[in-house]
Amino acid sequence: MGDKITFTIDGKDIEADAGQTILEAAEAAHMYIPRLCAHPDLQPYGSCRVCTVLVDGRPQSACTQPVAAGAVVESGTDKVTEIRRQIIEMLFVEGNHYCMFCEKSGNCELQALAYRFGITAPRYPYLFPHRDLDATHPDVFIDRNRCVLCGRCVRASRDVDGKNVFQFVGRGPEKRIAFNSEANLAGTNLDVMDKAVDVCPVGAILRKREGFRIPVGRRAYDHVPIGSDIETTAAK
Amino acid sequence: MTENRAGTVRRICQDHGGDRTRMMDIVLAVQKEFGYVPSAMMDVIAAETGSHRVEVESVVSFYAFLSSRPKGKVIIRLCDDIIDQMAGAERVRQVFEEELGIRVGQTTADGRITLEHTPCIGMSDQAPAALVNDVVVTELNGDKAREVARSLLEYMDPDRLVREYGDGNNAHELIQSMVHNHIRRRDQVILADMTPGEALNKALAMSPAEVIRDVNTARLRGRGGAGFPTGMKWNFTRRAAGTDRYVVCNADEGEPGTFKDRVILTEATDLMIEGMTIGGYAVGANTGIIYLRAEYAYLRAYLEHALEERRRQGLLGKSICGKQGFDFDIRIQMGAGAYICGEETSLLSSCEGERGDPKNRPPFPAEKGYMGKPTTVNNVETFCCVARILEKGPGWFAQIGSEGSSGTKLLSISGDCRGPGVYEVPFGISLREVQRMAGAVDTAAMQIGGPSGQMVGPEDFDRSICFDDISTGGSIMIFGADRDLLHVVDQFMAFFIEESCGYCTPCRVGNVLLRKRLNAVRQGLGTAADLQYLQELGETVKLASRCGLGQTSPNPILTTLERFRPLYEAKLKAEDDGLLSTFDVRSAMSEAEAITGRSSVHFSKA
Ligand SMILES: Cc1cc2nc3c(=O)[nH]c(=O)nc-3n(C[C@H](O)[C@H](O)[C@H](O)COP(=O)(O)O)c2cc1C
Ligand code: SF4
Ligand code: FES
Repeated sequence: MGDKITFTIDGKDIEADAGQTILEAAEAAHMYIPRLCAHPDLQPYGSCRVCTVLVDGRPQSACTQPVAAGAVVESGTDKVTEIRRQIIEMLFVEGNHYCMFCEKSGNCELQALAYRFGITAPRYPYLFPHRDLDATHPDVFIDRNRCVLCGRCVRASRDVDGKNVFQFVGRGPEKRIAFNSEANLAGTNLDVMDKAVDVCPVGAILRKREGFRIPVGRRAYDHVPIGSDIETTAAK
Repeated sequence: MTENRAGTVRRICQDHGGDRTRMMDIVLAVQKEFGYVPSAMMDVIAAETGSHRVEVESVVSFYAFLSSRPKGKVIIRLCDDIIDQMAGAERVRQVFEEELGIRVGQTTADGRITLEHTPCIGMSDQAPAALVNDVVVTELNGDKAREVARSLLEYMDPDRLVREYGDGNNAHELIQSMVHNHIRRRDQVILADMTPGEALNKALAMSPAEVIRDVNTARLRGRGGAGFPTGMKWNFTRRAAGTDRYVVCNADEGEPGTFKDRVILTEATDLMIEGMTIGGYAVGANTGIIYLRAEYAYLRAYLEHALEERRRQGLLGKSICGKQGFDFDIRIQMGAGAYICGEETSLLSSCEGERGDPKNRPPFPAEKGYMGKPTTVNNVETFCCVARILEKGPGWFAQIGSEGSSGTKLLSISGDCRGPGVYEVPFGISLREVQRMAGAVDTAAMQIGGPSGQMVGPEDFDRSICFDDISTGGSIMIFGADRDLLHVVDQFMAFFIEESCGYCTPCRVGNVLLRKRLNAVRQGLGTAADLQYLQELGETVKLASRCGLGQTSPNPILTTLERFRPLYEAKLKAEDDGLLSTFDVRSAMSEAEAITGRSSVHFSKA
């Protein structure tokens, strides 16, 4: 590396290492680009499209798009914000998200995004899909109702845990998460300490017997919006 | 029993070198053996290929022609695209259901025959059509469907369904199909005679850079839809760092209403292979792959034979045409029923034995394609153009067609016209001329470029087909005055929902929402606000989707909202009654009305 390049995000000059993604470069410059499927410890995936930005007018996912010298990136404009809001609303109506009694509430990245974007109710009709849950594993349970198909568990299990416990099956609206076993989650070698269990942004993969260990009021996004950590490090 | 099966599956895996990147071939072979890929066998495949069972399941569950549940020995796949519907597919379905005693989606009680629907199988010029295993049956009607069903019930032999062969190579002993070419206009580039080896020898007398220069001078642009300059793509591939390079021929032809590649594969096989070989020389590749859609499996033996024939003639293999150091050979990769696999990076995922998910770009295939190596993916017709350019010279090619679009284009014309079929025309032809040529009268609308393209009406009929005006990969569907265009739009949206890979949010969710609201409007529940909703949502899906499928899937709605707006407006509620379009008050109250035996005072205007 070592090669430095500059480009702009919303008119602000950003210096970045060649090979960095726009999302990484923005973050290093204390600018938060909203994201859901991206995770700092995992390979970029580009599926949720929450991180959509306009690069010289062309839409790209900031989490996968490498920086380019002289590029003009639009991220916080009304137009881009509106697109992101619509995508977040789509994710809400696609699944069955019952925030008011979900254990993840307050720590949930999807919910936190909704708050950050000021979404009180989605404009789209709920699709009310029928989805299965699996509580066979002694320490972990999965509720597909809350799954946002971000693929974090797939990547974490494959690339970090080296286990390939999770993978998607089906396609289109029928796409869902499946396990490396003929029957159920208990049939896999998933361990409660696996990275795959850790990285779920929503309440789809949860550890058993941990419900509400951290009380509401002291959770990650109870007092500050998601992304604040990135934005406020600037002040330190 | 299971032991036997496991043994067979192990052998299949070993035949493919236990190579997980050949997963498509392995699961297709297993399916051929058992009629499906049994769940228990996924563990065996995973063990033999060093993969994981869930990865195998992931692949099998992605493709429409693969199944993890038992199906009949004979699978009837009725094509249900819009052109087939217009030609009477509904009646054909009824007859099959009657005769077999099952519904679409079911298998007969004795487990012998399965009946399914499938999107366009590339036979819109001879609709309604169906696939019976690999056998294509065309121009069905109620009577013929009855015959087919009865023959299958009695003999269980799809080959018996073919009584007469189609024209040209369709009658070749390795094809023996009832498919007709329906070539209605020939021009000088694609559908003209050729001498195998002529163009190739000329190319080999030049340097690879000179070959690419000629392709550039001819101003050749890709025929697969996107129109990217072929020479430029080849240059990128040639210059990319790395050793093994690949040339891939995209014969997935999945865009509804397109069938011109079918005719090239049948009648201009040599021209296409010659173009691929020239491509191999130009970019410095040793291997070519033809990605053939599952629907065209009936052409496979013939294509294998054509490849073998060229090997025999020294036009493929080692030291081609005696040129030391130029080794190039081609294999065929079968698809398994997925429109998305026509998208070049999905196609490569599929070739690598994965789900047909598109890849993140950059890197582009020219840099990191098949197996991470520099790869050029081109359409069947593009390769034919290349061969002709080398044969006749770039200047000759460039003077055909129009200003920005040189050469000819194969059009697949179907729908309301007297002459559905394949037409080779110079670029620049007007839509009105297309109608005249195809014998279409009283045309209300034309769908250019398939569902992902655009619907145009009479005010656009003087526009012309070329890259700078109305561009098309070849699909042209014609709709007469009595067609319900919003039904057409609905069917196109259903197609995209069915074929979305599901990777990204806007396409996976947005298309479902679009279709729901479209149908609420069609049912008369919508207001002007709902048209606004369709517009905004459509634009977001186009803009935020990850690949070309989602980036074009709202086009049926957006192009008709723009050009056929009165059709929508005629469906809107006369006055806004304050009810949401998502709420159908009539059906919501019907149960209560039935129980009480009287109708609502407020909402019984019916
Ligand atoms: C959803 C989708 C389906 C496609 N299907 C095909 C196809 O069946 N055949 C094809 O040649 N190109 C298809 N394409 C375009 C390819 O991605 C690619 O651009 C093309 O094969 C390049 O060849 P060309 O440059 O010779 O046109 C498709 C693209 C998308 C987004
Ligand atoms: S737009 Fe997204 S969901 Fe649709 S086919 Fe492409 S990657 Fe898959
Ligand atoms: S965070 Fe970039 S696409 Fe999901």
